[in-house]
Amino acid sequence: MSETTLGGIAGRMPRFIRRADPAVLTAFACIVLLLFLGSLYSRSFLSPEYLLQQLKVASFLGVIATGMMLVILLGQIDLSVPWAVAAGAMMACAAAAYGPVGVALAIPFGIVCGMLIGVVNGIGVAYLRIPSMIITLATNAVAQGLMVVYTGGFSPQDSATGAMRYLATGFAIPGVPNAVIIWALIGAAMVFVLTRTSFGRTVYGIGNRERAAYLSGIDTRRVVMIAFAVSGGLSAFGGVLLAGYASKAAQSMGDAYLLPSIAAVVLGGTSILGGRGSYLGTVAGVILITLLQSILSVMQMPEAGRQIIYGVVIVAMLLLYGRAPASR
Amino acid sequence: MKDWRYWLAEQRGTLLAFGIFIVMFVIYTSNHPAGFTANVVQTASNKGVLLAFVAMAQTLVVITAGIDLSVGMIFLLTNCLASWLVVGTPMQTTLGVIAVLAVGLLCGAINGAIVIYGRLQPIVATIATGAVYYGIGLLLRPFPGGSVNEDLADVLTGRVFGVVPASLVVLLAIVLVIWVPFSRSVLGRAAYAAGSSETAAYMSGVPIRRGKFAAYTLAGLLASIGGLFLTFFTYTGEAAYASGNSYTLFSIAAVVLGGVSLFGGKGSAIGAIFGALAFRTIGDLLFVFDFDPLWQPLFQGVILLVAVSLGAFALFRVRNRLEWFL
Repeated sequence: MSETTLGGIAGRMPRFIRRADPAVLTAFACIVLLLFLGSLYSRSFLSPEYLLQQLKVASFLGVIATGMMLVILLGQIDLSVPWAVAAGAMMACAAAAYGPVGVALAIPFGIVCGMLIGVVNGIGVAYLRIPSMIITLATNAVAQGLMVVYTGGFSPQDSATGAMRYLATGFAIPGVPNAVIIWALIGAAMVFVLTRTSFGRTVYGIGNRERAAYLSGIDTRRVVMIAFAVSGGLSAFGGVLLAGYASKAAQSMGDAYLLPSIAAVVLGGTSILGGRGSYLGTVAGVILITLLQSILSVMQMPEAGRQIIYGVVIVAMLLLYGRAPASR
Repeated sequence: MKDWRYWLAEQRGTLLAFGIFIVMFVIYTSNHPAGFTANVVQTASNKGVLLAFVAMAQTLVVITAGIDLSVGMIFLLTNCLASWLVVGTPMQTTLGVIAVLAVGLLCGAINGAIVIYGRLQPIVATIATGAVYYGIGLLLRPFPGGSVNEDLADVLTGRVFGVVPASLVVLLAIVLVIWVPFSRSVLGRAAYAAGSSETAAYMSGVPIRRGKFAAYTLAGLLASIGGLFLTFFTYTGEAAYASGNSYTLFSIAAVVLGGVSLFGGKGSAIGAIFGALAFRTIGDLLFVFDFDPLWQPLFQGVILLVAVSLGAFALFRVRNRLEWFL
């Protein structure tokens, strides 16, 4: 890096700056600003242990936001995240109660349950042409209803399996939490799919104009459906990891992930109208949101204040760079 | 000859919602252990009116082809606020009611300003403002509590002449004072036009911005009337996240049942009111048939899913496949 920049600062820097998305740059600048503010508040804020811990917490949100990003790139939205997360966690824990086979299949079973929710969303959006925010709200309500009936209205007693705990809290490589590795793997796969496969290009195409994509001979409805299924599956996987982290599932564990996952994607510069955005931005958004949460909790801000600051920060940042063009 | 046909076509959604409500309510009262008495009607209307106000609020925004995911939170916030302010002497109570309504109006105006003048997508903007309103509500009422002027509460949740539920009378009054003038005004037309085709409305010189802003602002006001009524029924204020969320969700269900198009430009608040009443009655059917209350969330979710899927029948009328993709 240093050799190349030494060789051609004048030639390379402008292109580097030109190519970078201003939204992603703003998000990273905000991360630096937050780290700076945090370090003023407490010395330990910049210690490697603390930062690694933040990255670990961020990776749960990161997995969920990856699915959300895929859907938002299509110009749709997935509001079924809360109960897809909870269903994934609860079903994985429930499967663990059925002997060694159940324990072995716990994680895939949880993910499949989330994918089922996603498939219902996908059928509704792609084939029945129901607005995504409506159908996903409805499937969220149905998933909640199913879970309430299943658990009897209480948090389930089954606990997470060893494998789930290992994925969420273990260290396969010394010093690097497994959750971070999983996020990195899922992120790498997502980057590959979005930039190197025809599926990924189609996602961007549909986000820009579904009619045009359809007329180009793409089965757009299948792509939309797959994207929703992936989003549901990733939400559920996030729930599985969370259950492993807390070693059990809880009723409203997913509620805290809807707004942050949308916010992370949108703050990372992905257009809510679809068709524009990079995964790097989503990574920045996830880290930004996690740091913000962490600083607020270090400052012992009560829940009420956290919600207010959250909402205000999201609206403020969107007003900075997420505005639609003026009508004319 | 032609006129009444047009009227019928325009009011089809509303009439359908009215029909569903009547059928459900007949099933409900005929199976209710107490039967069709003034008490049963009063309880049902008190519960239904809460959702009806929130659904009216949602209708105003949905007509402009937007969506307000913060209505439930405005409803909660004003409930918490009312449990502080609507107490004391008649004078203080009046001022309190005015203050609560003003806060609702302000919340709606903030939503409108962010969506219209800030040019953000309504869905993200209102999720974020909803978080803010919920946070403020939680600040006001960290724990459930507070009180309300019980004389006023009893009058508004009681019965007029011993028969008609007072809450229905208030609902009718609100419709006459807010909805009817709005839908007939230039601003109301502008809101409909903006929802139908924003570009065409803009080109025709319709004041779409003012129309949409008025719709969002009045939506805040209507949600705050709902919050006020919640306080009158419960005598307390409570910032329960799940309750706010479910009111937002149910308001969308009510709007859909009421024949309001989620793509904007079509439907009326009257339809949404009947949609809300029908939705509440359907939810309560479980109780008269002695089902386990645990099944209620699932039951309501399935109704919502079926209601939104009904709109898909329009697909069969589509001649050109390209019209699938808006």
